[in-house]
Amino acid sequence: MPLLIRKYCDIRKQRVVVDGKKVFGQEDDAAARLFLKSVYRHFRIDYPKFFKMDGLSKLGFLTAEILLGDPAPAQIHAPENGGIILTNASSSVDIDKKHFDTIKSREQYFPSPSNFVYTLPNIMAGEIAIRHGMKGENSVLISRQFDPELIVGITRLAFETESLTFCICGWVEMNDEHYESLLFLVGQDDGLSDGDKSREDIIFDPLNLMKRYKAVNEWKN
Amino acid sequence: MKEVFAGAENIISSLGFTCEENICAILEGRPGIAPDVKHEYSPESLPLALVERQRFGELSGGLNRKYTRLEKMFILSVKDSLARCGVDASAPDTLFLITTTKGNIELLDPAQKAAYGKDNIYLHGMAAKITRFFGNPNQAVVVSNACVSGVLGLIYGQRLISSGRYRNIIVSGGDLLSEFIVSGFLSFQSLSPDACRPFDRSRNGLSLGEGCGTIVLSEDPGIFAEGEPVRLAGGAGSNDANHISGPSRTGEGLYLAIRHALRISGMDAKAIDSISAHGTATLYNDEMESKAFCAAGMENIPLNSYKGYIGHTLGAAGVIEAAICLQSMKRNLLFRSLGYHDHGVTGNIQVIRQTQEMPVNTCLKTGSGFGGSNAALIFQKM
Repeated sequence: MPLLIRKYCDIRKQRVVVDGKKVFGQEDDAAARLFLKSVYRHFRIDYPKFFKMDGLSKLGFLTAEILLGDPAPAQIHAPENGGIILTNASSSVDIDKKHFDTIKSREQYFPSPSNFVYTLPNIMAGEIAIRHGMKGENSVLISRQFDPELIVGITRLAFETESLTFCICGWVEMNDEHYESLLFLVGQDDGLSDGDKSREDIIFDPLNLMKRYKAVNEWKN
Repeated sequence: MKEVFAGAENIISSLGFTCEENICAILEGRPGIAPDVKHEYSPESLPLALVERQRFGELSGGLNRKYTRLEKMFILSVKDSLARCGVDASAPDTLFLITTTKGNIELLDPAQKAAYGKDNIYLHGMAAKITRFFGNPNQAVVVSNACVSGVLGLIYGQRLISSGRYRNIIVSGGDLLSEFIVSGFLSFQSLSPDACRPFDRSRNGLSLGEGCGTIVLSEDPGIFAEGEPVRLAGGAGSNDANHISGPSRTGEGLYLAIRHALRISGMDAKAIDSISAHGTATLYNDEMESKAFCAAGMENIPLNSYKGYIGHTLGAAGVIEAAICLQSMKRNLLFRSLGYHDHGVTGNIQVIRQTQEMPVNTCLKTGSGFGGSNAALIFQKM
């Protein structure tokens, strides 16, 4: 059964885009962490744990939140069968630096568990899994660039084990002030109508993923 | 779907640089965990399972200085595996699959970073150097999923061959201990003041280890020089969806991974001869695992944790411990679970007290880690 892109959410360059439509944006050059906070506020998300997360987890969490949020896609009625397959280039480098700064010398040695736990990139997958009750397969893979062949390849193979009914997959990258997130909600073609979406355009293949990744170049204010 | 075979395993750990050296130490019941008396890794003298530095220096002495210590360890490990099978590492139908949690994390130190390329701190940069060393034309797949990385890497390797994308996959997992890692676990207060004791009543936390493990996966059982062919039948992952740093209380997540692994492999619980558990020796992890194995109907299957020998080797653990599983199957030996004396978990699981001979035709390997992630895979003899 072919897999389809049911919805996607893109957070880059101070804006939030869902299925190709801009749903939120800021004109100013606010720091990444401030922008993410205004996204949280704009979408009226009520999840205090958000403020404890590192930047990478905040970015992944918000993208998934908007992807699975109002209106909730039909695919997620059984969240326990949902998988999460994320990729990025820089792993958790920002929080790694922060943890490293706390252990630079034995005289100033104050490592903190609340930083250290985020020095694993898959903690963002864990945060998304907890929030939405998703108990399926989850993983983080590292690639130099957005790699649609890798994302599609690994996700398809996960579906072939017949343990997933849907999957959130894509790219969540954060390195200093540079952030990029593009996540896809992928499900099997159940024959249900997807409104006015042309079927060709929503087939889950590397070409369609790359088209969406490159769309950022055409964004106008 | 093609069958997938596993072999040509290598282990570099605190017990030695080949499978033979590691298994020899395990048969002697000799732990590779010793106090860090020089306080090199933390202000406290913690027990750690470190790779013997002098011998590692001798063995890796011929490698170019542009490789970091971890890259050299990957290269040594893969070289040993390649010498045990007929795989062309430079062929386009061979893939490298690298698993690690922190890679070259010591390069965060500007003094160290200057000696290497700017991409070297990134896991993809490290993986690219390893594949280039072996002349492989493909971009390596890199899995960084906490302590489950190794098991998950083997599962992805199995699927990539089974679906016909590659003929051979070299799965190599590695992590080195550093002040970065030790300080973090110290802040979590999850380290044992003495060598860890998985599933024991007096267990008091984990012991950290370092090392590298390699397993070659292939569609062709004929490429392996040693032992009878073992299939990697299949595996699956899951998430607890419960807590980012604590294991679930119920074991449901791990149970789900085991159930899917059995289904995918076309087996039931009774078909499993032995279990290589994650068994970190923290209070909650071991308790959680015992519940999951009982829920899966596996309370009578001999089980062990190898962490009493080699510590918790993080992103390498899944591959190193799976390599020990392959040795256990080829030798028909169940290895003693070091550090276990008095039963200390709720589930009435059968932790192995003495190394013993027994036909080991199937083996379940599991892992669980931070982020609530679990994974399980099954090896089966032909």
